[in-house]
Amino acid sequence: MAEPVDIVTNDRTPDLQAEPMLINIGPSHPATHATLRFQAKLDGETILDLVPEFGYLHRGFEKESEAATWTQVVPYTDRLNYVSPLMNNVGYAMAVEKLCGIEITERCKYVRVIISELSRIIDHMVCIGTNMVDLGALTNFWYFWKPREEVYFLIEALCGQRLTTSYTRIGGAMADLPEGWTDRLLAVCRGVIPECIADVNALLTKNRIFIERTMGAGPITAKDAIALGFTGPCLRAAGVPLDLRKDEPYLVYDRFDFDVPVGEAGDTCDRYMVRMEEMRQSLRIIEQAVAQLPGGPIDIDDPRFILPGKAQVYENIEALMNHFKFIMEGVQVPAGEVYSATEAANGELGFYIVSRGGGGPYKIKVRPPCFPLFQGIPHLVKGQMLADLIAVLGSVNIVAGELDR
Amino acid sequence: MAVKRVKDGASGYALTTLESLVAWGRKYSLYPFTFATACCGIEVMGAFGTHYDMARFGAEVVRFSPRQADVLLVAGTINYKMAPVMKRIYDQMLDPKWVISMGACACSGGFYNNYTVLQGIDKIIPVDVYIPGCPPNPEGIIDAVVRIQKIIETGAPRAAERWPIK
Amino acid sequence: MSIVLDRLLERFPADVVSTHSNFGDDTALVRRERIVEILSFLRDDPELLFDFAMDLTGVDYLGEEPRFEVVYHLYSLEKKRRVRIKARLHEDDPVIDTAVSVWPGIDWYEREAWDMYGIVFRGHPNLKRILLYEAFEGHPLRKDYPKAKRQPTIGPEE
Repeated sequence: MAEPVDIVTNDRTPDLQAEPMLINIGPSHPATHATLRFQAKLDGETILDLVPEFGYLHRGFEKESEAATWTQVVPYTDRLNYVSPLMNNVGYAMAVEKLCGIEITERCKYVRVIISELSRIIDHMVCIGTNMVDLGALTNFWYFWKPREEVYFLIEALCGQRLTTSYTRIGGAMADLPEGWTDRLLAVCRGVIPECIADVNALLTKNRIFIERTMGAGPITAKDAIALGFTGPCLRAAGVPLDLRKDEPYLVYDRFDFDVPVGEAGDTCDRYMVRMEEMRQSLRIIEQAVAQLPGGPIDIDDPRFILPGKAQVYENIEALMNHFKFIMEGVQVPAGEVYSATEAANGELGFYIVSRGGGGPYKIKVRPPCFPLFQGIPHLVKGQMLADLIAVLGSVNIVAGELDR
Repeated sequence: MAVKRVKDGASGYALTTLESLVAWGRKYSLYPFTFATACCGIEVMGAFGTHYDMARFGAEVVRFSPRQADVLLVAGTINYKMAPVMKRIYDQMLDPKWVISMGACACSGGFYNNYTVLQGIDKIIPVDVYIPGCPPNPEGIIDAVVRIQKIIETGAPRAAERWPIK
Repeated sequence: MSIVLDRLLERFPADVVSTHSNFGDDTALVRRERIVEILSFLRDDPELLFDFAMDLTGVDYLGEEPRFEVVYHLYSLEKKRRVRIKARLHEDDPVIDTAVSVWPGIDWYEREAWDMYGIVFRGHPNLKRILLYEAFEGHPLRKDYPKAKRQPTIGPEE
């Protein structure tokens, strides 16, 4: 005989939310730009806990640089943040020049500013483009790639390579600007780039889907951002106006008139807005830099650091020996330690260099801007939905080459 | 024996073999799995972009699931931590599959000769086409895809068939 | 001397081994015993206010004794100053207290120093490998680890 079952208090229903679900995202995943991995503990779609893991692109930059000469390290620095390689070259060259105590020429300073700002623009374009691809807005990616190709043509004319540029040298640069380069640069900076920024702006900034998706996704307070060590656009989006170009001006940034955009809530929408505005400010800086660009040599006139010209090498025995010693033994840099930081597209890119004299470094540590950002991602998304993680990850701009080194 | 075709808009017929027909369909509809780890990934994005359009060659549908892809485009450095992941993805792909090794790092380790970088993906998976360069131009990627298309067209044995380890 | 080094020497006269400001960087070599107090002082002192821990790394001076050095780079948002704090550790006892209680953002930097050099941070909540895979043996950035050492892989013999 069946027992009468009380339907109202039926306790035979299985408990559907007994334990949280553990899922693994990555390392090969379309939305993790680069090789990142997350282990997420989910309650339905809500993230309870998140453990990030990386190191899937660890290539041993520091160990390689210990076995190389000072100039041979420059190609390794290209591959750090490979979306804006010229900035890494500039940062490294500045650190070694600080150690050597040399002052580069005025023209070289202006050229370095121009290429840094150009790299900042293309970095932000990749960040916003790929972030939007994850959210389903593919058009912006294609729109941003057109000016990127134009900038790549410029960079190729400058140093022969599109992506891994290896442009700077200690005391100068690989070569001076080719003829007519500044005119082409201005044509691009007045034509394709602002048009494309305006197009993407028209598509996204007042778009309801975009706003609902990104506003409130991954917010952070200024205090937490500082405690976690954030720098760059993510910190500025949280309301902290720290920008090394204004606070510790290097090269000739103190001669330009530009603004630093600062956000409020530190969420994905603010990060996007800060990056868009930074691109416009970079265009302002490039205009001013090209207008003020002085003539003169690009390399300093110091035989201890600069390779002698080929004509001299073929005719003069001292120049030949100098050239030989440079290539075989490397530039001789004095002993000491130095930390030099620049404002890269993602934040403060620091180089800590220990030298014991000689032709190669003893140790180089790169302080990657996205290291603390990646560390802060669990803090940004805890309690939010899984889809917000994807939006936040794209907006924080993790470049694995820099993160893993 | 083929009928001489006259281009006047009239319909005609052609004779072919089943293999050629299947090869024709396969080569113009490759689904690449872009396993982009490093800098080469940016040039892959450029190759699929509007300037160096990969869609002209039929290979623009990028699939992020190995079950749905037939060309594994390894773009970037593979280190010892990532190698098991890549091997697993390769194993999960269904036959027939081809592998393109893009860039110096994937071909031979690049200029990273150290404790952490795998000196070439052909240490663990068979490779059909190697693209040299650091990073190669997007035109190099297009060239590699065209070579894969030639391999398919001529019916040459894939690298996986010649690979001694199963 | 700079205000940072002056205040540090004033407050911790016995712990500061040496200071210098070569190349414009203020640097202080301190003893490791009271490192957390020193770092907390640098963060909280109203004249200094070093609220950013920018970087932490280790250096291997093979052949010197003590062998390892832990280097902290700090930045003050308000005062716009930088300082470098270093502490030496012996080869057979590379242990130092963790600074996670001072700046939570320094967590992963310490994990990386452990991974690459084998420097142990006492009290760290999660001292595991971060860049290399878990089964990796050795600490590769030490000077006695060969650069081109190969690791075991799946697949055919090299």
